[in-house]
Amino acid sequence: MLGLNSRDLQLLLLVIALTAFAPFLLNPFPVDSSLAQFNGGYPDLMQRFVIFGIFAIGFNILFGLTGYLSFGHAAFLGAGSYAAIWMMKLLTMNIIPAVTLSIIVAGLFSLAVGYISLRRSGIYFSILTLAFAQMSYSLAYSVLTPITGGETGLQPKISDPRILDGPLAAGASPRASLFGLEMSSSYELALGGWVFTFNVGYYIAAILMVISFYVAIRIFRSPFGLMLRAVKSNQNRLGYTGVSSKPYTLAAFVISGMYAGLAGGLLVAMDSQAGAERMFWTASGEVVLMTILGGAGTLIGPVLGAGLIKYLENIISKINETVLTGWFSWMPEGLQDAVVAMVYPFVGKGWHLTLGLMFMMVVIFLPGGLMEGLSRIGNLFSRKPKTSTDADDGAANSAPKAAE
Amino acid sequence: MRGGSFGVPTMEAFILQIVNGLDKGSAYALIALGLTLIFGTLGVVNFAHGALFMIGAFCAVTLSRLLTASKTVIDETKTDFLGNPAKTEVPYLYDIVGVDAANVIIDWAVPLSILFAIPVMMLIGVAIERGLIRHFYKRAHADQILVTFGLAIVLQELIKYFYGANPIPTPAPDAFRGSFDFGAMLGFDPNVIIYPYWRLVYFGFAAVVIGGVFAFLRFTTFGMVVRAGMADRETVGLLGINIDKRFTIMFGLAAAVAGVAGVMYTPINSPNYHMGMDFLVLSFVVVVVGGMGSLVGAVLAGFLLGILESFASMSAVLDVLPGINQIILYVVAIIILLTRPRGLMGRAGVMED
Repeated sequence: MLGLNSRDLQLLLLVIALTAFAPFLLNPFPVDSSLAQFNGGYPDLMQRFVIFGIFAIGFNILFGLTGYLSFGHAAFLGAGSYAAIWMMKLLTMNIIPAVTLSIIVAGLFSLAVGYISLRRSGIYFSILTLAFAQMSYSLAYSVLTPITGGETGLQPKISDPRILDGPLAAGASPRASLFGLEMSSSYELALGGWVFTFNVGYYIAAILMVISFYVAIRIFRSPFGLMLRAVKSNQNRLGYTGVSSKPYTLAAFVISGMYAGLAGGLLVAMDSQAGAERMFWTASGEVVLMTILGGAGTLIGPVLGAGLIKYLENIISKINETVLTGWFSWMPEGLQDAVVAMVYPFVGKGWHLTLGLMFMMVVIFLPGGLMEGLSRIGNLFSRKPKTSTDADDGAANSAPKAAE
Repeated sequence: MRGGSFGVPTMEAFILQIVNGLDKGSAYALIALGLTLIFGTLGVVNFAHGALFMIGAFCAVTLSRLLTASKTVIDETKTDFLGNPAKTEVPYLYDIVGVDAANVIIDWAVPLSILFAIPVMMLIGVAIERGLIRHFYKRAHADQILVTFGLAIVLQELIKYFYGANPIPTPAPDAFRGSFDFGAMLGFDPNVIIYPYWRLVYFGFAAVVIGGVFAFLRFTTFGMVVRAGMADRETVGLLGINIDKRFTIMFGLAAAVAGVAGVMYTPINSPNYHMGMDFLVLSFVVVVVGGMGSLVGAVLAGFLLGILESFASMSAVLDVLPGINQIILYVVAIIILLTRPRGLMGRAGVMED
């Protein structure tokens, strides 16, 4: 069905089910319970899950398949954001033109950057993309202020022309919508102690993520995807067989740039603002983390990685000292203080420390990311030896076989 | 930046921009030198090198805090604004070496921190190499980048946890505060080229460190073995030399170079936890421009780009190309990589996969 084999179809259905029922799955705790702070099912966070999922899926097409490690992908996300916000300022608050233009702009931008950066490989490629991204960031912050809003960034204003929308009703503020369906509107379902929120923006982004995921599966299984894996496993040999790898890597680069642009456009569709900090190189680093954490080269890994990082970021940074003291209140006095003091650096403002440690652990012990961890656990319980076509289809070691 | 206000660049403005570029160039050169040392010996691209620079700066902060650690003494002869006996903070150091000597020591805390930073940074460097990077020699370059990137985040966040997020002012010794008329010394009109003392000190210090590293590699047996190892690690190993141990020490040395560069930079820029990352991205650019694996190239490119950046900040230039000072280094790096892929002085066969 849909040109997928049964395994991939199962995977796609799994992703569809996960995204469709996310408001339930992410809200396992009743609102009044003390565990409610672990609920991730609020619109803002769910939107981020799927948007950064798109970003990571796209990044994985480049890094997971070709092995080219770009440290500048946030630049495309930022470019997409700016394109979308300008559409909202000039044309209409409808998100379709905004998202479309953000994909186009990011695609063109990544074509230019990719054309230059891909002349080099390995570490040079990483540094070149990093340099381009930092350059874009600096420019957006300084000289391009008329276009980018500089430090303050851009928001839709009441005074903007918006030629396709009529003038706003008095007192109304511009809100992003899809043919009148506002992104921020949601339906709340109260069931017993639970409250589930179904948000329009989330479901639109989720549908786009499922489509992105489907496209990624098709790319992974296509002859084109096989070529990209060949680039990763042995570029020299590919050259000797008379194939120029450049058009393939460039295409992968542009595709992943367009994914980043889509993510950037959707971010604007959800929160109606764009700023230069989205281009900063830590943002590029973040998508690398998501992909690696989930498992580079696997289909679903980057989505999981993006979800996990965004979830932990939101939940862990909310934990403060009072919450911690509450948790460990069952311990004897002295021990409680000691435990709180030990955990405290890693939560709240210390979230980045946890992130860095987690990242190092994954790179050191689980280079294949969570997906490798899952398949290792799976192997523990099933006696039969796994073949390389199973589960983690991309993870490093099986890639050379696919290429030959 | 007085020279910059002239519409037409003059000789004075020219020299001013060169000296202005020297201090930043020195920092670039020192960090790039360390990066290249690590890369040339161990073949690892160290994304945590900026963090080492930053830790060096915080060594200076730590030492000056240790030196000024005080007890509160109630002074009966004075009263505070409420009429109570005034409390004054008296550093413990006063009791140990006497008031005058203690004041001198506290005043010179930053230069003294060098002595403190060298062993600390060596230890940190060796620990990082033995504990972490050693396990990554056989892994892909991408993995090395990623693990050192993770390490950089961790180090940075640790510093932020202990020292807070705000920059911590760490002044230079009294003798070097303020500026002097550099132009008058060279025979130009007075008050045209004004240059802060400490920046000149920094440049001199960088020159000494760079000279020291080169002399060490050039004129000692240890350095000779290391250079041989850089050229052909396998052969040196076959000759029965424990090259790994020497390379570990070189990692410690590179960490110490970055550390002392950070120590001396504190009076120029108050250290904060993300200063390392800010410098790191630019230092990579420097290394790439200089040529991966070339020590001379790294140092030259460091100064060259520092000066270039300072020229790009002249208002005469900014009028023509607004914002060029923000991106000049990246533009240069892109042009160099595309026209001379090995950089200015890169060796053949380094990182050409």
